Amino acid sequence: MKAVRVLAVLASALLALLLALPLAALFLRRPPGEILLRLADPLILDALRLSLVTSLAATAAVVALGLPAAYLLATRNFRGKRVVELLVQLPMVLPPTVSGFALLLALGRAGLAGRALEAFGITLPFTTLGVIVAQAFMAVPFFVLAARSGFEQVDVRYREAAATLRADEVRTALRVMLPLALPSLVAGATMACARALGEFGATITFAGNMPGLTQTMPLAVYLALQTDLDAAIALSVVLVALAVGLLAGVHAAGGVLLGAKTRRA
Amino acid sequence: MKRLLALVATLALATPVQAAQRTTLHVFAAASLVDAFDAIAKAFEKANPEVRVRIEYGGTQQLAAQIEQGAGADVFASADERWMAYLVGRGLVAGEPAVFAGNTLVFVTPRSNPGRVGGLRDAARSGVKVIVGAESVPVGAYTRLALAKLSQDPAFGEDFGRRVLRNVVSQEENVRALVSKLALGEADAGFAYRSDVMHGAARHLNAVELPANARIVARYPIAAVSGRQAALARRFIDFVRSPAGQELLARENFLRAP
Repeated sequence: MKAVRVLAVLASALLALLLALPLAALFLRRPPGEILLRLADPLILDALRLSLVTSLAATAAVVALGLPAAYLLATRNFRGKRVVELLVQLPMVLPPTVSGFALLLALGRAGLAGRALEAFGITLPFTTLGVIVAQAFMAVPFFVLAARSGFEQVDVRYREAAATLRADEVRTALRVMLPLALPSLVAGATMACARALGEFGATITFAGNMPGLTQTMPLAVYLALQTDLDAAIALSVVLVALAVGLLAGVHAAGGVLLGAKTRRA
Repeated sequence: MKRLLALVATLALATPVQAAQRTTLHVFAAASLVDAFDAIAKAFEKANPEVRVRIEYGGTQQLAAQIEQGAGADVFASADERWMAYLVGRGLVAGEPAVFAGNTLVFVTPRSNPGRVGGLRDAARSGVKVIVGAESVPVGAYTRLALAKLSQDPAFGEDFGRRVLRNVVSQEENVRALVSKLALGEADAGFAYRSDVMHGAARHLNAVELPANARIVARYPIAAVSGRQAALARRFIDFVRSPAGQELLARENFLRAP
């Protein structure tokens, strides 16, 4: 038994090392002052600004489109539910390049639905809007799965109580379900935002690479890796910091909201 | 279940045995070489059954960066001399690099011609969507060089290059990705190598050579990467430069080594 415990600790230590070592290498490669100086580089600022704008927009789109779906998945059984569930999870396991290529074939101007979009004057490939679509596509599962489980965890008795008070379903959903599921919704949206921020493969395949227009932080890192290692390090450090910040946000928001909920209860 | 276990065991045993019998040669080759080097690797393996050739294709600049970071390459085949010189300068190359092939830059449009591009001159017309290689990618550097030369030609006008670059909607990170996007009709025009407009892509693309005064000949150098399987690497390089290797390259529209 003791051997097993030692092995478990050893395995965990190895895992921690595997995850922490690359990050440490990134931060230790250059003195922090030098990294900070590189951040004023217009190329990096452009990529940062674009990344923030697109990932926030993608998150907003995912929340707007995903919230009803998450609610229906949590509260209803319907024909084809399995298919919808599968569809929602798919972007998480598909290689991002495949997703980008599929998006190009579907929404590119020569694509399946591209002509229809073109008729409305909407062009996606090689545009900032295309970046947002690619990021949203990849981020959907992170929000919908979290939101669904958040709705599912709301005690049925709250819904029943609302019903006895003659609240209709929409009112119950908005006034009871939504506030109670809020921590999960915030956590899901934050995870979706983090995924959008880190999106690379689908973006470069679907939206191309153009500084200021479609070159987000991950694309800038990839290209800088081939020409300017210091810029790549600076960009990577910023991305890691943002990711850590978002994750910390998930935990903090979850804790605060959870605390408020238990106090209210 | 038992059969499955047996299968797994067989696979687990079989793989290392095979690997021990065959040495693997790792070749890093520019994306534009995909078809030619696939054929060359096959021919080389046929002539040397004890060798397995593994080729990593990518943008030359990306491969050079990977080699610099210690990726296990034995041979590096670059699409331009700049990145080869970069590795030579860092002492990562064994011996003198040799130019083994040439390629010319062509102006490419989708056959469906969504941008109604009649010729090279239309690439400067406002609203035409042009895609090029990023500046660090060899094809991107050649493209900018060609545009600079064209701008000196009164027939195109001195602001030609600037106007074309203003039309650029994407700076692709390797030439094959660029060609695929053109073949899909997602961009109106672009610059690639003559050898890229072959096979499946050719059915969807039109390509024209640049005018003689802006003709760019890309020179492809090859070299062994220091400290790894030097003799075998040498043998592969000699094969690429042999008449048989040159014939396979010529079949893919590459120019013979100058």
